[in-house]
Amino acid sequence: MTAIQPVDGLSKSDAVAHSPLLSVKDVTLQYKTREHIVTATYRVSFDVFQADRFVLLGPSGCGKSSLLKGVAGFMAPVEGTMKLNGRTIDRPSPDRMMVFQEFDQLLPWKTVLQNVMFPMLTSGRCKRKEARERALRFIDKVNLTKFRDAYPHMLSGGMKQRVAIARAMAMEPDILLMDEPFAALDALTRRKMQEELLQLWEDTRFTMLFVTHSIEEAIIVGSRILVLSPHPGRVKAELNAHQFSHAEQGRPEFGALTQRIHNMLFAERIEEEALSKAGAAHG
Amino acid sequence: MANLSSATPLVRPEFEHITVEAGQIGEVERPLSLWERLSNIDWLRKAVILIVLGAAWEAYARYAGNELTFPTLVQTMQALWEATVHGPLLERTLTSLRVLLTGYALGLFIAGVFTTIAVSTRIGTDLLSTLTAMFNPLPAIALLPLALLWFGLGIPSLVFVIVHSVLWAVALNTHTGFLAVSETQRMAGMNYGLRGVRYVLKILIPAAFPSILAGLKIGWAFAWRTLIAAELVFGVSSRSGGLGWFIFENRNQLETANVFAGLTAVIIIGLVVESVVFRTIEMHTVRKWGMQR
Ligand SMILES: Nc1ncnc2c1ncn2[C@@H]1O[C@H](COP(=O)(O)OP(=O)(O)OP(=O)(O)O)[C@@H](O)[C@H]1O
Ligand SMILES: [Mg+2]
Repeated sequence: MTAIQPVDGLSKSDAVAHSPLLSVKDVTLQYKTREHIVTATYRVSFDVFQADRFVLLGPSGCGKSSLLKGVAGFMAPVEGTMKLNGRTIDRPSPDRMMVFQEFDQLLPWKTVLQNVMFPMLTSGRCKRKEARERALRFIDKVNLTKFRDAYPHMLSGGMKQRVAIARAMAMEPDILLMDEPFAALDALTRRKMQEELLQLWEDTRFTMLFVTHSIEEAIIVGSRILVLSPHPGRVKAELNAHQFSHAEQGRPEFGALTQRIHNMLFAERIEEEALSKAGAAHG
Repeated sequence: MANLSSATPLVRPEFEHITVEAGQIGEVERPLSLWERLSNIDWLRKAVILIVLGAAWEAYARYAGNELTFPTLVQTMQALWEATVHGPLLERTLTSLRVLLTGYALGLFIAGVFTTIAVSTRIGTDLLSTLTAMFNPLPAIALLPLALLWFGLGIPSLVFVIVHSVLWAVALNTHTGFLAVSETQRMAGMNYGLRGVRYVLKILIPAAFPSILAGLKIGWAFAWRTLIAAELVFGVSSRSGGLGWFIFENRNQLETANVFAGLTAVIIIGLVVESVVFRTIEMHTVRKWGMQR
């Protein structure tokens, strides 16, 4: 285990001022299949504070989606605790809205507008009129006003994802859970959505837990990055990235952080390869 | 042939196009020709087939020239008209439909109860799958003698066999549909705080609607067939008999045109329900939602 390195750039009083909104402690998540048990994450801990843009970063299959499902309340940890505002998470709830990685998360029997309004109405969060206004506002933010009466099967994958984002944001939840929401978008649209998301964050200062496997996206979108090891996911590091946005992308510090994370994720692979080579040589 | 192992991609010159304005492409959107539009109308194509079949019938019947075994289309239509306007056909049909709807509704209700139990408990799932495996292959009409023994000669017996024919098909399809609802949609629904009955009504049922509808259709077809068959076997009582009884009665009196008229009525009702009632439901639900082509 490496010693925890102190990070500068954050004044002390800032960190002490809050208690964590979401606190994940030593969480191990497992899937039970018919034949065996798959450990998705192993003893992962992190704290998310109010207005954090907290990013879970790691290679494919390291358990990022599983962690998000845990926080959303779909999956109970076999070990450890997850608490939101001090209360243990035991079930899904609209105070943690999730944008899923999969494209079939919209309800196909509802139009775009109805899809965005649906959670606001069923959770009793607002009345029909207000829900409609809010839905229209967020549909406009993701640039889908023209398609508000279309059914999901008429939308492209990226458009569906944008509807899901609008749907989750319109709820203004305590914490927004986003599972690789921009992965399906082209570079230009992705960049626009990232900027839009950051702008929205500037406006409303919501808290989000954001999953990605793109180092660059993690640095741009995140204020703090949790780097996870390959499967089963364990915490490798927690880094600050609040000082970076699109504007800093050319800067050497940005490049340095990218490289640092890259090495972290990569080191494991090199080690593994060396080990397997050694194993093959012995065998 | 070229030696594949040494094949290299052919280097071709590069080019860049200035994309033309979409407005200049002309055929981005174009109305279809009259013929294309006509041949796209479902019912029109089917009507043509019907007319051809009708002509073949008429031709054969005239050629055979035996009214007792094979009346012509014209005679059948005349008989159908007569029996509907002056005869008992309409009344018989209504009797049949009334029994059918009773049985169908009851069957749906029981199927709903069964699937609710099946989705909420594991023992319920096992119960449903065992029962459907046992009773689905059993033709409902085979239960008629038993029904007569239990409920006597009358409507309850008919309702019993209809319920049996509807129940398993609908329950099986609905349950399969529930199981096939994607994990993401389930999670999305739960994420909104939906639970219990609200979750079933607002997420599971619409998401499983294609298979539920398929179940309803199969159930309807089974019920209709079973009813006509059951009525053929016994007529409840000759005054309040249904369509099947009408057919049976006329066969006994060697009114073959009427038999054909009765059969035509059976077909027409089946067709109307299939292609009007269920199709309308389909158009406004699963097709509109893109859940079914
Ligand atoms: N439903 C499941 N049943 C069994 N094992 C699962 C299931 N879902 C995920 N896993 C396993 O758990 C591990 C973590 O999966 P998870 O989906 O959380 O990865 P991820 O980090 O989100 O990957 P990606 O970036 O590709 O989305 C994987 O090794 C996978 O094999
Ligand atoms: Mg994932």
